[in-house]
Amino acid sequence: MLHRRTLLATAAATLAAPAVVRAQTTRAISFYYPIAVGGPLTAIIDGYCRDFASESGIEVKPVYAGNYNETLVKAVTAIKGGEGPHLAVLLAAEIHAVQDMDILVSLEDLGADAKWVDGFYPAFMANSRKLGKTWSVPFQRSTAVDYYNKTLFTEAGLDPEHFPTTWDGMVEAGRKLLKSAGGNTTRWGFKLASDTGNAQWTFGALANQAGGILMNEAGTETFFTDPKVVEALTYWRGLAFDSKITPQGTTAWGTLPSDFLEGNTAIIQSTTGNLTNLRDKAGFPFGVAGLPGKAGVRTVVGGGNLYFMKHASEAERKASLAFARFLSTPERAADWCMKTGYIATRPEAWETAALTAYVAKFPAANVARGYLPVATGELSTFENQRVQVALTNQIQACLAGTKTPSEALADAQAEADRILKPFRRG
Amino acid sequence: MRRESLWAWALILPALVMLMAFTHWPAVATLWDSLYSTPRGSRPPVFVGGANFRDLLDDPVFLTVLINNAWYAAVTIPASVALSLLMALSVNTALPGRSLVRMAYFTPTILPMIAVANIWLFFFTPDYGLFDQILSVFGGGRHNWLGQMSTALPAMMAVAVWKEAGFFMIFYLAALQSMPPDLAEVGRLEGSSRWSFFWRVTWPLLMPTTLFVMVNAVINAFRLIDHVVVMTRGGPNNATNLLLYHIYETGFRFWDTAAAATMTVVLLVVLAVIAGLQFGLLGRRAHYR
Amino acid sequence: MSTRALEIVATWVLAILWVSPLVYAVWTAFHPSAYATHFSLLAPWTLANFAHAWEAAPFARYFLNTTLLVGVVLVAQFALCTPAAFAFARMTFRGRDTVFALVLLQLMVAPDVLLVANYRTMARLGVVDTIFSIALPYLGSAFGIFLLRQTFRQVPQELDDAARLEGSSLLGRLWRVYVPLARPTYLAYGLVAVSYHWNNFLWPLVITNSVTTRPLTVGLSVFASTDQGIDWSIITAATLMTSGPLLLAFLLFQRQFVASFMRAGIR
Repeated sequence: MLHRRTLLATAAATLAAPAVVRAQTTRAISFYYPIAVGGPLTAIIDGYCRDFASESGIEVKPVYAGNYNETLVKAVTAIKGGEGPHLAVLLAAEIHAVQDMDILVSLEDLGADAKWVDGFYPAFMANSRKLGKTWSVPFQRSTAVDYYNKTLFTEAGLDPEHFPTTWDGMVEAGRKLLKSAGGNTTRWGFKLASDTGNAQWTFGALANQAGGILMNEAGTETFFTDPKVVEALTYWRGLAFDSKITPQGTTAWGTLPSDFLEGNTAIIQSTTGNLTNLRDKAGFPFGVAGLPGKAGVRTVVGGGNLYFMKHASEAERKASLAFARFLSTPERAADWCMKTGYIATRPEAWETAALTAYVAKFPAANVARGYLPVATGELSTFENQRVQVALTNQIQACLAGTKTPSEALADAQAEADRILKPFRRG
Repeated sequence: MRRESLWAWALILPALVMLMAFTHWPAVATLWDSLYSTPRGSRPPVFVGGANFRDLLDDPVFLTVLINNAWYAAVTIPASVALSLLMALSVNTALPGRSLVRMAYFTPTILPMIAVANIWLFFFTPDYGLFDQILSVFGGGRHNWLGQMSTALPAMMAVAVWKEAGFFMIFYLAALQSMPPDLAEVGRLEGSSRWSFFWRVTWPLLMPTTLFVMVNAVINAFRLIDHVVVMTRGGPNNATNLLLYHIYETGFRFWDTAAAATMTVVLLVVLAVIAGLQFGLLGRRAHYR
Repeated sequence: MSTRALEIVATWVLAILWVSPLVYAVWTAFHPSAYATHFSLLAPWTLANFAHAWEAAPFARYFLNTTLLVGVVLVAQFALCTPAAFAFARMTFRGRDTVFALVLLQLMVAPDVLLVANYRTMARLGVVDTIFSIALPYLGSAFGIFLLRQTFRQVPQELDDAARLEGSSLLGRLWRVYVPLARPTYLAYGLVAVSYHWNNFLWPLVITNSVTTRPLTVGLSVFASTDQGIDWSIITAATLMTSGPLLLAFLLFQRQFVASFMRAGIR
């Protein structure tokens, strides 16, 4: 028995790194992951780990650690305490903060195959590179998309097969979709999340739509006062205060799907990760579309990447890499995509028979992939959480009507400058 | 006598050690931490004296949070105590469906706040949430209860009062039921009105309960933030951010342990001052022996 | 009479308001999700939400964790607070009042407030992410000591003296005279403690990492906060499932509960 396991483990090590077969073998790695979409995801992950174990002899111990933020907190505290995961799914946008903690090992140092690393969609690698190295690979990735109620489109005299592609078109459509009774809006044209924890993601897409970017690649500067970024917030505020197709004040992410299912709003901006959920529940035909921009469709990516931890032994590192490669095989990536609604991270996955058949049956699943070339990375800086909160607060103040877009963003920039100052040396 | 002393200490020691280890010691350690900078990466903490406190004074978010919490305490404490007393008084009289009413009042004690907060979230949902549905029957408009800065904190207060009053009601009810029934009899014979009877007899007798409930209400006004975590995460624009939530976020999301410690010190001072006031004002009137 | 009628109506309105989250939970959990926001008498009934919730998260494990946690806390609190309360109530020793004041401090400064410092202590002890570490800060309870001390002081001194004449030792008297007489206090205090720790959230959230330690509240919050937004049907089903036992216990024992509070002299 023991003999067989050793053999298997050796085989696994060989599989992971053909050149380096070490005396030390590993039989177990610890893997932290968050769950951000509903459904029995733990069971799916457990299944992958079992499959991997029977294939390689390496046991992966999956630890479901809560949402993204909790997973980050748990992983970092555990590592600081001398234990913790060897591999973890963390928010892609956390790269600067996590890398700065000096707990990661880069894919170059892991000796990962460069061709494999380059095989992911470039948009999903936008938050992966830093200091000339690659620190994570995409796993559960999504983009922002618009979901629209086709029945309401037809009712309003709009073409349900053609979703607007520009801001002007969006406002016009929104106006037509709006319904009110006795001075109160009974149906909104468009809703997008501005609550704490989500506003910065929504805004990342809007900024991209105006042609602006929120931060530099090094994560040390934010460009909140850039005229294009201000324009993006002006557009958002206009939706609430001028065309009034979206409510004033904060709109919660958590209730967007039910708002949509209720017919309380005709369009919502949400994640691709919501597709399966809405498909199962909507009692009306709905469409999935890219986000209209100032001039054309633009969106933002989101979701989590696989990060490799420095404290792992050589053998554990190899095992982690082997597991990451296992997860990115076309069949597995396609399976993950179909079961969760996340976008399969590599082009090969979309060519598998299973995913091709799925897309043929359910074309909406293919929409987001088409907009990857016009997607931007989400807000990602040092002290990311803090900068996010600073920006979110100001967006909320603006949408509540207490600050103009330029005032709000100037204040957000000042706060971000204060937070990021220590990271700008050298 | 010395033997008894030894015995007494032996009996107290286990509990005392636990209390010291997880209340007194961390309080002192927090004070100590507030004088040092946050360790980051390879930089160890350095002694900074009062710098953390000065930074705190310059932090507009902290001031907002402090003011929020002051309002929150000022409203939820008296409101929940008064309501709980009213509720207890009402189920202490003959009433159709009394046990049902009593059960209804128990709800908050049984359901975890973390779960109920999600339900309240539905109640507060604009347009088709429970409150807007009910209001629309009476011709009321839509309300973005949690999304507008003016109504978000009051909405959170309502949830807190719901939770607290239901819990405190139990204590008042127990106190009322243990009052000798002949007291009320005497009151009735004297012909005094219910109002004056309450103020002359019941209220003074309830003083110890009130003190106890007040202590709990104060702690919970600064301790219970489960609904903030679920419903608003402090938004919009910090309108519902409370002190302990801000501490939690600063310590466990921003990793700024020094700032978190500094704010904890402020919180401890606030609690100490209130405790002093409470025992000073109410304690003298409560007949504790 | 009309003011009385008004009072009754007001009481009922208040009661309906108070029970409404529970009523909503029951409604939503037993109906398809489309009815989570619509209230119609014709809505079909279903148990599917419970099945979904049960599948989506390891609630059985969370349930076990919470039960263990509450058990540990309760037993330890009783074991630690009883002797301390007895000493404060019936023994004289130097520094008694000072130490008692120190104990009472914890009434105001709940361990929840000190989570940053307590987290570090746990990390140093190497017990982060254990059920034990969730319970640890609460084991010494000022509330318990205070409550039991009040009760013990009301025990007639004659009973104590009689037991002493019969040759009972100090601990023997505590065990045979005081503890039995304080039974209502234990029950009342036990119920408060159970309700507190069953529902406690922030500290367990901070100190636990994994399914094997996470109590129900943390499990529920993790489960409720997904990218897909709030699914009230599933959440309410999970809520009812997890608070079911406590709910049932309260329904069955509410009379005894209030009675025990009465006799415990929590007032």
